[in-house]
Amino acid sequence: MKNRQITWFLGLLLTTSLLLPAIGNADEVFVFTAQQNNHIRALAASCAACHGTMGNAVVNKSTTSAASNAQEGNAVLAGMDVADFSSKMLVFRDGSRKSTVMHHHAKGLSLDEIKQLAMHFSQQKRLLVVPFSAQALKAEHDPL
Amino acid sequence: MTHFSRRDFIKVAGLSSALLASGHAAARATKPPMGRVVIIGGGYAGATAAKYLRLWSLGAIEVIVVEANQQFVSCPLSNLVLGGSKTINDLTFGYDALKANHGVKWLQDTVTAIDTDAKKISMLRGELSYDRLIVAPGIDFNYDELPMLASAEAQQQVPHAWKAGWQTVNLRKQLEAMADGGVFVMNVPKAPYRCPPGPYERVCQVASYLKLRKPKSKIIVLDANAEIISKKGLFTKVFKENYAGMIDYRPDHSIKGLDLATKTVITDFDNVSADVLNIIPPQRAGKIAQIAHLTEKDYPWCEVDFLSYASKLVEHVHILGDSVAAGLPKSAHMATNQAKVCANAIVQLMAGQLPDPAPVFANTCYSFISDTSAMHVVNVYRYDAGKKMMLSAEGGGVSLSPSEKEAGYAVAWSQNIWADTLT
Ligand code: HEC
Repeated sequence: MKNRQITWFLGLLLTTSLLLPAIGNADEVFVFTAQQNNHIRALAASCAACHGTMGNAVVNKSTTSAASNAQEGNAVLAGMDVADFSSKMLVFRDGSRKSTVMHHHAKGLSLDEIKQLAMHFSQQKRLLVVPFSAQALKAEHDPL
Repeated sequence: MTHFSRRDFIKVAGLSSALLASGHAAARATKPPMGRVVIIGGGYAGATAAKYLRLWSLGAIEVIVVEANQQFVSCPLSNLVLGGSKTINDLTFGYDALKANHGVKWLQDTVTAIDTDAKKISMLRGELSYDRLIVAPGIDFNYDELPMLASAEAQQQVPHAWKAGWQTVNLRKQLEAMADGGVFVMNVPKAPYRCPPGPYERVCQVASYLKLRKPKSKIIVLDANAEIISKKGLFTKVFKENYAGMIDYRPDHSIKGLDLATKTVITDFDNVSADVLNIIPPQRAGKIAQIAHLTEKDYPWCEVDFLSYASKLVEHVHILGDSVAAGLPKSAHMATNQAKVCANAIVQLMAGQLPDPAPVFANTCYSFISDTSAMHVVNVYRYDAGKKMMLSAEGGGVSLSPSEKEAGYAVAWSQNIWADTLT
C-alpha cells in the first residue's frame, strides 16, 4: 500500500513536471534537447528489440497459434500518452503490476529517464508495422 | 521529434574521403556532408549501426556495409531448427529493405585487410576509404586445440552449428537420421563465447525432439566450464524435470582429443562416443579483427571505449558485437545496443561534439526449453565512469520458471528485433 502511494505521487510529479514549458532562448533550448535526445534516444532504441523501432512494435494480424497469449505482439509505445506511460513504468518499478520482464527494465532506470522516455515515446508517430518476411536460404550461403 | 537539423550537420567541415580504386558501383558516390562510415559485417551489430547512423544523421553520413553473404540468418531461434519447430527459412532474411528504406550502400565482398593509417580497407574486389570504420565481424572459431576439425569436410561430419545457416540444417539432418537409442554428444566451450545460454538451450531443444520422436536416445553434454554459466537454476531444473533421465551433464570436461572416424571425444576423465556429434569450438574476435591487429596478442577480443565503441588500439575504428572484450553477454540484443550507442556517438563525434557520457541499455536473452515454453534473463547496463565499464544496474534477473506466455513474448522479441535490424 505504501508503495502504491509513493508510486502515485511519483506519477503526479513526473507528469506535471513534463508540462512545464522549456525556458530560455532558442539556442539554449536546442542544446538542451540535443543533449537529452542524445542520451534518451539510444536508451529508447534499446527498447526496440521488443517494442519496435521508435516504439512501433510489430503487430500480428492473425492470432492463429494457440501456443501463446502474446501472439498479437508487444505493446506499441509510439504515441503513448505521457501519463499512461509513466504510471505503467512506475507500477512495474515498484512491483505492484506483475510482469515477466518489465520490472527488471523499470527498476534499472532513473525517474528522470522514465520521464524523458515518456516524452520521447509520446512524440513518436504511430505506424503500422507488420512482421518482416523471411525467405529461403540460398545454396550459395557460406556452408561454414 | 527532436533530431539535429540537417543545417547543423552541413555546418561541419566535410572530411576528406577520397574514393580509391574500386570495382563497386556503390562506392562511386559524391562526398556526403559529414563523411563516410564503412561497416564490416552485416549481422545484428553491423546492420543496426548502418540503419541508426542513417536515421540519426538525417542521411548526412554516407554508410557503406561490406558483407560477404547475400542473406542474413538469425542465430537467435536457430536452436529451434534442431528442435524441429522452426526451419532455417523462417530465420533467413534479405537486406533489400534496409538498403532501400535508409539509403544504406552495400557491397557483397570479403574484407582482406585494413590500413588504419591510410584509413582504407581492401576487399577481394577493390578498396574503399573511410572517415570512420566499424568492425562487426562476429566470432571466429579457434581450431588451435582441435586441428582435426579445421577442414571443411570435418565440419560437415561434426558440425558446430554455431553460426546459423547450412551448418544448422546439417545438424538437424543428422539428428533426423539418428536411430532411436542413439547418443547425441555436444560440448560447451570455455566462456566467453557467443550466446551464453545458447548451448544449454540447444540441449533442451534436442531433448525436446528426441523425447517426442526417439525416446530411447541419450544426450551427453561436455561442459568446459565448472558449471552451467547462464540461467543455471532454471536449466538445471528443466534438465531434471522436463527431460528426466535423458541428459547426462558433465561440468569441467574440456575436450583433449577427438577421433573423427568413430566420433569419439577424449576428455581428462573419459572417452565419449557419439552417434551425432556437435562440437562448438572455442572462440575469438572475428578474423578481420585479428588480421588488422585490433586484438591484443595474448587476449583474442577487442578492447573498446564503452562511450563510443572506439578501439583502444587504433584510431577512427569502432568495434561492435561479439568481438568486443567485455563482461557483457555476447547476444543479439547486446550487439544492437552497442550499435546504437556507437551510431549515436559517431554522429556526435563527426559533428565535433562529445558522445553521451553515460549510456544505458537493456539486454534480454530468451531461451526456449521446448517448442512452446521459454524463459528470460534481463539486465539493464549502465556506464560506470570510475570503472569505465558497463555495469549491471539494479533489478536484473531471470524468469521464475519457463512458460508458454514467455514463448509468445520471445517470438514477439524476435519479430521486433528482426524488423528493427533489417527494415
Ligand atoms: C525483452 C523484451 C522487452 C524489452 C527489451 C522491453 N520491453 Fe516493455 N514490455 C515487454 C513485455 C513482455 C511487456 C508486458 C509486461 C511483461 O510481461 O513484462 C512490456 C510492457 C511494457 C509497457 C506497458 C505497455 C502497456 O500498455 O501495458 C511499457 C510502457 C513498456 N513495456 C516500456 C518499455 C520500455 C520503455 C523499454 C525500454 C527501456 C522496454 N519496455 C523494453 C517486453 C520488453
